[in-house]
Amino acid sequence: MPTDLDSMVKVFSRPKSLTEARSTYCPGCQHGILTRIIGQTIDELNIAERTLIIAPVGCSVFAYLWYRCDAVQVAHGRASAVATGIKRADPNLVVLSYQGDGDFASIGTAESIHAANRGENITVIFVNNQVYGMTGGEMAPTTLIGQKTTTTPSGRDAAMFGYPIRFSEMIAQLDAPVYVTRQALYDTKRIMDATKAIKKAFTNQVEGKGYSLVEVLATCPTNWHMKPVDASRHVVDVVTKVYPLGDLVDRG
Amino acid sequence: MPRGMVVIDKERCKGCGLCIAACPQKVLAYSGQLNHSGYNVVHTEHPEACVGCTFCALTCPDIAIEVYREKVAA
Amino acid sequence: MGEKVLLRGNEVIAEAAIRAGCQCYFAYPITPQAELLEHMAVNMPRLGRTFVQAESELGAINMVYGAASVGVRTMTSSSSPGISLKQEGISYLAGSSLPAVIVNVVRGGPGLGDIAPSQCDYFQATKGGGHGDYHMIVLGPSTVPEAGTLTMLAFDLADKYRTPVMILADGMLGQMMEPVDLPDPIDVASLPKKAWATTGAKGRDPNIILSFDLDPEVLKRMNLELQRRYREIEKNEVRYEEVETGDADIVIAAYGTTARIAKTVIRMARAEGIKLGLFRPITLWPFPYAPLKKLSERVSTVLTVEMSAGQMWEDVRLAVAERAETPFYGEMGGVVPTPRGILREVKKYAH
Repeated sequence: MPTDLDSMVKVFSRPKSLTEARSTYCPGCQHGILTRIIGQTIDELNIAERTLIIAPVGCSVFAYLWYRCDAVQVAHGRASAVATGIKRADPNLVVLSYQGDGDFASIGTAESIHAANRGENITVIFVNNQVYGMTGGEMAPTTLIGQKTTTTPSGRDAAMFGYPIRFSEMIAQLDAPVYVTRQALYDTKRIMDATKAIKKAFTNQVEGKGYSLVEVLATCPTNWHMKPVDASRHVVDVVTKVYPLGDLVDRG
Repeated sequence: MPRGMVVIDKERCKGCGLCIAACPQKVLAYSGQLNHSGYNVVHTEHPEACVGCTFCALTCPDIAIEVYREKVAA
Repeated sequence: MGEKVLLRGNEVIAEAAIRAGCQCYFAYPITPQAELLEHMAVNMPRLGRTFVQAESELGAINMVYGAASVGVRTMTSSSSPGISLKQEGISYLAGSSLPAVIVNVVRGGPGLGDIAPSQCDYFQATKGGGHGDYHMIVLGPSTVPEAGTLTMLAFDLADKYRTPVMILADGMLGQMMEPVDLPDPIDVASLPKKAWATTGAKGRDPNIILSFDLDPEVLKRMNLELQRRYREIEKNEVRYEEVETGDADIVIAAYGTTARIAKTVIRMARAEGIKLGLFRPITLWPFPYAPLKKLSERVSTVLTVEMSAGQMWEDVRLAVAERAETPFYGEMGGVVPTPRGILREVKKYAH
């Protein structure tokens, strides 16, 4: 067993801009991977002292606990509007609006679209796991056709509940956004791609380029009733067929 | 192949198993030991096989893994 | 020195906000406060400050929440239906102890109502409006110049107590033009620094703005802190005006535009030998219970007059209790009470 630490070099450790607080997410929830990626990005860009984290309503409501950065907890769906107010009041701040799919693509539809349309110089991370996690697994705007949730017990029926909404594609129709991309976290390659996308979305803001949106397909093993590894497989086999990965806009 | 080593924070680990699936060297496995939160935590079943690729740490949602790699002589 | 100009109430509120150092203004168009928004649209960018026409009142109040978090002076304005939309944000501002100014140029309701003057939003403004145990300071200007001075005051009170403050005007006040002495602009740099603001965690631990905790004991403590501050506001900030109450037998209790009309009624009544006075709350929250209670000990009648079905009337009755008669006269739907109409009511109680 290689225990001789003197002969070893640390190649992976907890990002410095993260606190020691333990995650409140369920086992296997990929929100936690995003927390690590965001922390790493803040470290690499050396912006912890001027980054402001917006903690939304939903499973990531505790986002204000994770980062050694100022944070503002906001009302459900309003994160992009609050981000607008913050950024306009102090353009030197780096604002991360971290939002789930119910938050960003349902109750916050108007705030989300119009912040994008104004080209607010902010970074939005939109976590799409096709379900309302915090409240017990209800249908999200992104829920797939046929997907069983606690409010679509027989599966989502388009005639009754409409279709899964490709919100990033809607945002991509606007003239203002500089970067709109959809990423996933189901394997290490995808995690590294998502890391690059998130770094780019922050860099755009730091360089004053404008609005960047990174949609991330994430798992919710608890409410999907799947083992974490199976949930990742489900993203590959099923979810990416409805929500294809890749850049939708890149004017950076 | 360089030698690697992973250090798992047992109290952060929630036993989700994503790291086990991500490890190309089959280093990791469930330990059968419960931590204070009651999770069956992951440990290094075959530490000698670790190459320090960091895939486990990249995948860990609880940021419970640190990775070391053998210094390569110049 | 100030500057004497002839302006509408809406414009005076806007101009006073600018002179009070409002750095960021966010709003959505609605009658009868559109001139306020338009004045800001012209003048805020000219001064290098922020004007955003929001996608909705929800958007606007949450932009205010963001700007307030950063510690700048910020304001939004609307009229009744729009203020209903803002209630979520106002509750969050109160819960997160964020200073902001909200202007409601009240119009007839409920529902879409009309665009004529009304005082039908008193309950919403003074008793909560949004969810949770909170209050905000509510100031009720009665004239156009007072709309200016109270707007300046609103920013100071908001900062002092870390609370949202509402200017509760009405469509009449918003549209009326009067000569006004505009105050000199304050020196923004001289304002006290806000150590709690989320300006970036440089050289200090992170600041966190939130109205949330899942531990009931912690949330209770957060609530108790709000309540402590409300008691302090009640102690320090009650404002009211008494007009010819010294020898009065009957007193009208009224605020805003209605109080202004009541001043005319006093002249008419006294010309007929009726000893009529006026009690005018300026702070609608905190309501001046104690001074009204004291006054009620030496009058026969406190007649509440409102452009509503009787909302402030409840506070008047709480203050007066059984010490005097407490009748009510009101108009609704955007109808403004006339001096003659009020005088007719007064005469019912004159002996």
